[in-house]
Amino acid sequence: MKRQLPLILVFVFGTLMVIQYFVPHENSETVKGFLLDWIVIIGIFALALGLWSLVQVSVAKINSRKENWEYPLVTLASLVMMMFFGFTAITEGASLWSYFLAITVFLIALWMFLQGFMGQAANRNMKLLSGLGLLIVFSLLAIFDSSWEFKFYTAEGLTNQMFVHFFDYIMIPLQATMFALLAFFITSASYRAFRARNLLATLLLIAALIVMLRFTPGPWGEYLAKTSAWVMNVPNLAAQRAIVIGIGLGIVATALKVILGIERGYMGKG
Amino acid sequence: MRSYLEKMKASRVLLLVLVCSLLLVSFSTSLLAQTDSDTDTPADSIPAIAAPAQVTDLKAFDTDNDHGHSITIEWTLSADDGAGAKSVISYEIMRWEPFVRDSVMAARDSLGWVQARINKFEKEIPLAEESLDEVLTGQPFLDSLSFLVAYDEKDTSFVLTSEYVDKTLRDTIAAMKRDLPVLKVRAPLLPARFDSLLILLPKEYGKYPDATIGRFDSVGTAVSGVTSHENSSAVDSRSPGFIPDFIDYYYRIDVQTSDPNIRTTSEIVGPVQSSGQWFNSGLVPVLIAILVFTILTMIFVQLAKKGMDLYVRPLAGIEAVDEAIGRATEMGRPILYVLGLGSAADIATIASFTILGRVAKKVAEYQTELNVPCYDPIVMAVAQEVVKSAFIDAGRPEAYKDDIVHFITNSQFAYVGAVNGIIMRDLPATNVYMGKFFAESLILAETGAVAGSIQIAGTDEIPQIPFFFVACDYTLIGEELFAASAYLGREPELLGSLKAQDYAKAVLLASAIIGILLINIFPEYGETFKSWFEVID
Repeated sequence: MKRQLPLILVFVFGTLMVIQYFVPHENSETVKGFLLDWIVIIGIFALALGLWSLVQVSVAKINSRKENWEYPLVTLASLVMMMFFGFTAITEGASLWSYFLAITVFLIALWMFLQGFMGQAANRNMKLLSGLGLLIVFSLLAIFDSSWEFKFYTAEGLTNQMFVHFFDYIMIPLQATMFALLAFFITSASYRAFRARNLLATLLLIAALIVMLRFTPGPWGEYLAKTSAWVMNVPNLAAQRAIVIGIGLGIVATALKVILGIERGYMGKG
Repeated sequence: MRSYLEKMKASRVLLLVLVCSLLLVSFSTSLLAQTDSDTDTPADSIPAIAAPAQVTDLKAFDTDNDHGHSITIEWTLSADDGAGAKSVISYEIMRWEPFVRDSVMAARDSLGWVQARINKFEKEIPLAEESLDEVLTGQPFLDSLSFLVAYDEKDTSFVLTSEYVDKTLRDTIAAMKRDLPVLKVRAPLLPARFDSLLILLPKEYGKYPDATIGRFDSVGTAVSGVTSHENSSAVDSRSPGFIPDFIDYYYRIDVQTSDPNIRTTSEIVGPVQSSGQWFNSGLVPVLIAILVFTILTMIFVQLAKKGMDLYVRPLAGIEAVDEAIGRATEMGRPILYVLGLGSAADIATIASFTILGRVAKKVAEYQTELNVPCYDPIVMAVAQEVVKSAFIDAGRPEAYKDDIVHFITNSQFAYVGAVNGIIMRDLPATNVYMGKFFAESLILAETGAVAGSIQIAGTDEIPQIPFFFVACDYTLIGEELFAASAYLGREPELLGSLKAQDYAKAVLLASAIIGILLINIFPEYGETFKSWFEVID
């Protein structure tokens, strides 16, 4: 039954969604919306599992003191700090030193707890007690310090200047930097792809040159533009459509196999 | 010298005379032109635009294959549209509306207005107090309420008195002052009360054509030359221009000219009701295709089960998996498996799970290290189960560790940064990229190439295939990703579905060739043939 139940659920809901595709009625759309909402609900619970996985792997790396063990430490600190910033609001004009003191105490308390739960058995109780003590200190700071406060029920933390600064001036530039690397990788990949090693590679090189030079001014520009349009609209499009048809059939076949219980790889039963 | 000066003077005089005469001629010409235009277009002689001919053959009907709340109106162009007096600039679609609809819409606007103010209560106490003042002095809201109460005394379901609103908001402010959480428990009551108002509409629409209770209102415009219009709304009863189903509607088309006062009204059509359909007939070709494909799959699965030999062409990328795992074992380096950025609902990710299962089984047999960093937590949970089962199947459950499959982040480039870091630090012998990939495909694959790993990739994202193709050693193109699981497993059921795919492709190819031939040789038959495949969604 442990194996049959998921298969029955997949068959019932898979078939239901196939039927729903052919029914435009608003009731059918309501059912679809309701079922899709479950993906969001499951996703939220799964996020907690994901976070736990991240913490587990990071703590294990730090404890093993392998090469580059400092990186997971930064990961964990960033994770906790951003959550902390997102749930707290700083009073306007208040000094930030007590706020940072609270975060530092909180981080050390968490680290002690993690070490207590996941570290070596010998020091476990000592670490848990230290963590508890620091957590009490942190709670006192949170209660008596008027320069900041927790905001669990409102979105005020999202406007917290620390949260905004970390996101705008660290997260976004880092992401942009990663994306910008693409330009250099395209260059190195093009160099590798366009080496005229054989007939096919030479054809690829010629086609690429035509397409790249299509905006060139001068007498050849117009011819190159026309040739480029032909390359893109005829052979290129024909190949793409062939791939699209294959993908379409592949998707339908895989979906069918999943609904009928033929394909069980996603359940770990290949 | 003197004669030269005299000559110069004479020429200057001549030049002056010439310029003056030119100026004179130009001035007199423009004056004449001005006089002509003045005499040609006196203000009182603009020709009046004649009333344009009305539209004919006006039809209104429920829009086909939709969720309801939509009426399609079709007409034949006015005789003066693009022909005749050529005076038509647009058509205005008019629908008969009972006056009570105004109050329903006003109630809807008031509802939105109140809700916007309630939302302000999530912010700060000064803002909340300001909102309270706005509600208490808010004429639009209170006016519409008093109108409704006056309209039908029996209907008291929408009595939102100012006292009620006042008390609700004062309570909320008091809660905020005591730093208690503000829950929007009262807000959901408002839409329910609004919905009860809609019940009034059918009765009022039924009183057509009583001019004392309704009028024709504009519900849309079509430019000249257009012969149809869809008067539709969203399903949500609080959306702008909401059209309730199963209500009698009456339409007419006004032909408009450049003079807003000159327009011609058409005959009135109706009653017509909108309703949702339970089957989209525009998707019949899709239904037939799915049924045929399902039958084909069933037949080939049965044939495969009976032992029919089914040839599957070799897939170099999949055949290289064993070799790549062997290489990793020999080198003592890990294997990196990336499931991409897709969710567990994506078919490419589902196909990737199957391949991951096979890879994990081999890894367990060869006792090699496997690393599966995940982008999506649900994908991570499923992948953990897949890898765990594979290790059990391989007879090495003790070798499974929870950190084989681990979550990184669901921020695209942060994920790429982390995976690139893993590649550069651990220098995996083999990188497998299977699933949905976007802008990160080349960054990952190029980093893997720099690290000297053997790379096998597969995706159904067409724009990413070329990137993988140039940076990886083996690439599964599109459908090959979905075929890989069957190829790896060699199970008859899975091979049977592959054969069905091949035959379906053959049918499509044959259809394309027949279509090309028919459309070029017998265009009429070609058009008919083409219509069999047309999908209207």
